[in-house]
Amino acid sequence: MPDLADIFRREAGRCTATLIRVLGDIELAEDAVAEAFAIAAEQWPTQGVPPNPGGWITTTARNRAIDRLRRESTRTDRHLAALRLEADDMEPNPELDDLDGFVDVVADDQLRLVFLCCHPALAADAQVALTLRLLGGLDTPEIARAFLVPEPTVAQRIVRAKRKLRDNHAPYSVPRAAELPDRLHAVLAAIYLIYTEGHTATTGDSLTRVDLSREAIRLGRVLTELMPDEPEAVGLLALMLLTEARRPARTATDGSMVRLADQDRTRWDRMLITEGHTLVRACLRRNHPGPFQIQAAIAAVHADAATAAATDWSQIVALYDQLYAMRPNAVIALNRAVAIGELRGAAAGLDALDSLDVTLLEDYQPYHAARADLLARAGRRDATIAAYDRAIELTANPTERRFLEQQRKTAADPT
Amino acid sequence: MPRYLLSVWFDEHYDEPDLDAPDVQRQMARTAELTAEMERAGAWVFVAGLRSPSSATVVRAAGGDVSMTDGPYAETKEQMGGLWVIEAADLDAALDWAAKASTACERPIEVRPTG
Repeated sequence: MPDLADIFRREAGRCTATLIRVLGDIELAEDAVAEAFAIAAEQWPTQGVPPNPGGWITTTARNRAIDRLRRESTRTDRHLAALRLEADDMEPNPELDDLDGFVDVVADDQLRLVFLCCHPALAADAQVALTLRLLGGLDTPEIARAFLVPEPTVAQRIVRAKRKLRDNHAPYSVPRAAELPDRLHAVLAAIYLIYTEGHTATTGDSLTRVDLSREAIRLGRVLTELMPDEPEAVGLLALMLLTEARRPARTATDGSMVRLADQDRTRWDRMLITEGHTLVRACLRRNHPGPFQIQAAIAAVHADAATAAATDWSQIVALYDQLYAMRPNAVIALNRAVAIGELRGAAAGLDALDSLDVTLLEDYQPYHAARADLLARAGRRDATIAAYDRAIELTANPTERRFLEQQRKTAADPT
Repeated sequence: MPRYLLSVWFDEHYDEPDLDAPDVQRQMARTAELTAEMERAGAWVFVAGLRSPSSATVVRAAGGDVSMTDGPYAETKEQMGGLWVIEAADLDAALDWAAKASTACERPIEVRPTG
């Protein structure tokens, strides 16, 4: 019996995307999908998992929605929705096929959902939260951790965003060509957050959540096909591919986490690296640098190094300087400090860390883990242990916790 | 078809506009052109320019008593100066009209769906 939660993660976004098109309402679609999963949780343990779980969920959710609308069709609009459901046999909306050249993409409910979630009428934080919720199938606590904000804040953002889209009759379609560039940036940011959520899952016993990352890469590919002349879309795809290339080396055979410096680089996926490098070079030729392209260039520098010691840290620090100038945020500053620690030694790295505004990083696990590592290299045993304790306290990922506990043990007893 | 209120906002204090000022003449001409375009497209429902906020009166009925106070409801710098009500297929279509409206009257436009 496969884990129902895993199936939910994998299928919820796809099912919800289709159900929104069929039902014409986000809330109804979410409720219907949740109801279908509840039925699955009852039936599958005894009757077995159907061969196409996603298809089963989508069909069940649709049928349940029709039943419910019939029962509750006291309100005219709901009644109309029920009638529409019977007419619409889940075929793509024909009017969307008029968009020449985008037919393949428009046929993709998930892309439609990305553009809905990232509608410019929503604030950026609401766009990302909604994308992760509806498309990524994440729940509110997971999204809160990805954002570094309290859960009620995220819950309220999602509720308000859905209500605004509904009250405003936001269309469920891919924007017209003329509007696409403006709407792209928020979409890229949302897809990247989905990727990072898949790269290091905030919960669950496996360090990575492969399907979510694959989903993000797939959406990244679709976007670069849709907008081949948009360097940031290409940059995002390159960044995801170059990060993904390291996945086989990120976990040891026993499932434990391996740091970049300790990874067996022969296990990196050369095909993904080659593809990523090609994309980064194409971006450089266009010479319109943006945050995703620079992050891809940083990943490309790592991929170029045959060993950790051979890494060109001066180039990485220079790229982080450029990135920080464009996006002065605490997480980029943290990564820059780590790179400085590699280039000029642990003391210089700690100086760079200590100059940051820690109020934003206080609850951010990677900050404490990075600090612990620098402190260990600087030979400050007690401070190292305290920093690992804080990092362990903050991680919700069991694999990550085991790694941090091992690091803490080594720091406490170096023999 | 969904209806939207497109309200025109003034973010500086304004009184009765100087109708002879070139800026005002240009804005009024463009606004009239846009309204005509909305009518041709079947989107137009209502349009009005508002007199100054100082011409407003606020009426409150409470417990059988009705009180009246002089001036706009909110004593803020930002005041609504005019409005369109339009019909549009969806939010994106309404936002397209709002972009044209903002260009025409050279002011920010707030887009709000009706119930």
